Amino acid sequence: MPYAIEVDNLSKTFTGKREVRALDGVSFTVEEGTVFGLLGPNGSGKTTAVRILTTILRPDSGTARVLGHDVVKKGGLVRSLIGLAGQYAAVDENLTGRENLVMVGNLNHLSRSYVGGRANDLLEQFNLADAGDRPLKTYSGGMRRRLDLAAALVARPTVLFLDEPTTGLDPQSRNDLWEVIESLVGGGTTVLLTTQYLEEADRLANTLAVLDHGHVIAEGTPATMKADLGATVLEVGLPNLEDARRTGAVLDTLGPHSSIVNGTFAEVTVDNGPEAAMLGLRALDREGIVPTAFTLREPSLDDVFLSLTGHRTVEEAEKQQDDGTTRRRRRVRAAEEALPIATGEFS
Amino acid sequence: MTTAITAPTLSGAPPATGIGSKLRWFVSDTLTITKRNLLAITRIPEALFFSTVQPIMFVLLFRYVFGGAINTPGTDYVNYLMPGIFVQTVAFGAVSTSIGLAEDLQKGLIERFRALPMARSAVLTGRTTADLVRNVFVVIIMTAVGFAVGFRPTTGVLPYLAGVLLILLFAYSLSWGFAVIGLSAPNSETAQVMSFPLLFPLTFVSSAFVPVDRMPSWLQGFATYQPVSVTVSACRALMIGGPTASWVIQSVAWTIGFLVLLIPLAVRRYRTRT
Repeated sequence: MPYAIEVDNLSKTFTGKREVRALDGVSFTVEEGTVFGLLGPNGSGKTTAVRILTTILRPDSGTARVLGHDVVKKGGLVRSLIGLAGQYAAVDENLTGRENLVMVGNLNHLSRSYVGGRANDLLEQFNLADAGDRPLKTYSGGMRRRLDLAAALVARPTVLFLDEPTTGLDPQSRNDLWEVIESLVGGGTTVLLTTQYLEEADRLANTLAVLDHGHVIAEGTPATMKADLGATVLEVGLPNLEDARRTGAVLDTLGPHSSIVNGTFAEVTVDNGPEAAMLGLRALDREGIVPTAFTLREPSLDDVFLSLTGHRTVEEAEKQQDDGTTRRRRRVRAAEEALPIATGEFS
Repeated sequence: MTTAITAPTLSGAPPATGIGSKLRWFVSDTLTITKRNLLAITRIPEALFFSTVQPIMFVLLFRYVFGGAINTPGTDYVNYLMPGIFVQTVAFGAVSTSIGLAEDLQKGLIERFRALPMARSAVLTGRTTADLVRNVFVVIIMTAVGFAVGFRPTTGVLPYLAGVLLILLFAYSLSWGFAVIGLSAPNSETAQVMSFPLLFPLTFVSSAFVPVDRMPSWLQGFATYQPVSVTVSACRALMIGGPTASWVIQSVAWTIGFLVLLIPLAVRRYRTRT
């Protein structure tokens, strides 16, 4: 199968107040008609990779090709084949939804009659038909994102770039957007999406690359990655530090992964959640340990990082200074609602 | 939301190859961006309204408060004043180029434009053209205000229109300078405060409001021959009479000089800004 995107040894350093090596020899390929997920925390280089692939930024070294065309040498051609929807929802506030779509269509040099019809179809498709002639100021965050995505689709791009398409959205809007993206892929479009949500990558992407400080630290399908990681995390809260330490030792016996003890909490990654939970409870009972909390949860991006790199995401490392209760509450929420792990992308 | 989206059959038209099609696209993209910027102006009519309030207050201030103390031999002060007001107004209006571009950068719109197969410089030509159209509107309003407070041009319609054309072109060339500022500023607020230190001496240390011969001699040279002053003098000559050719030539020379220097500078700034 031919590649829609080929990235070879791409590097980019930003100079400024502080020198930042945003990409440091990144390589990956994306097959046509598939969804590729670039997963990583803020500052890992995801947005920089997208900006280079969409010809907005020039790489310092390395090459990037979209549908076989070099993004530096054939920028004009590449731009006519791609669509970009960004995390900043780059749509014009002062125009209506329809005017935004028509503007993008005109700038793609499509015929006026086609653009008019296409704008109608897209507004319909994205549940924006009623709001189409209202200025964007009246739109909700979710509506803006949908319009942003619609704008990226006006010219029916062969390759679509989605830079954190659902960051900051409520769960319902996120779900709506996921459905739209899934239907796009059914239509044969190649999609590269960046995300900091493991859940999002898991649901949408066929293959994944995990970025950390400008390096690809893991690549594969979501399934293999989760298998490597263990499917579930068992987390136990204890009344005191001594019990937590003893619980850590108990959790070590449940499987191949070693436990992590942090304050009054102990956790371990397990392959078979319910069975491990049952064994774990029995073992704790035998030791005479009574837990204050006992949770099974999906691994978060932070767990992936911890497992792959041995370090947590930057913000998470700072959070470790916090007391255990705060940390646990945050972690559980992160797992249940897939809240952002960190905020404040530098690029 | 679940409707299947049909397979992609169409992307943007293939990129322009010949000079002819490149030029055609440049023109059509410029028009698209111009239209977009003009629509934005009509969506916030308050902004346009209040941007004419300040020049109107200047007219009233100089006509009725300071004017009595300013001696302009050979002509009524109101006739002396209005050409100066026109130039001041369009020069201040050109600042909207820097604010608009800084805002587009800040909001990520430029990012979207950069990923589109459009003529890249159309973002700049569309912006400056829209600001030119806006200035035409402002000059019409200021002409009406001028007539209301007693401004009576003496040279006829054609020279008057020639004067208007001269100041509009001058303002257009200034827009490109403000484009460079807008593309260099971190945000629109800063773009605005970066623009005024440039504009203030140019409009006030000039012959726009007072004859320069009462200024200290070391200031007279600058106040007479700086670009705003020569444009005011040219416009004044075209509207109320006096030696014309030399001022018009100097004003046109400044305008052309600015365009030749500032357009490539702005385009380069746009290309390298990340």
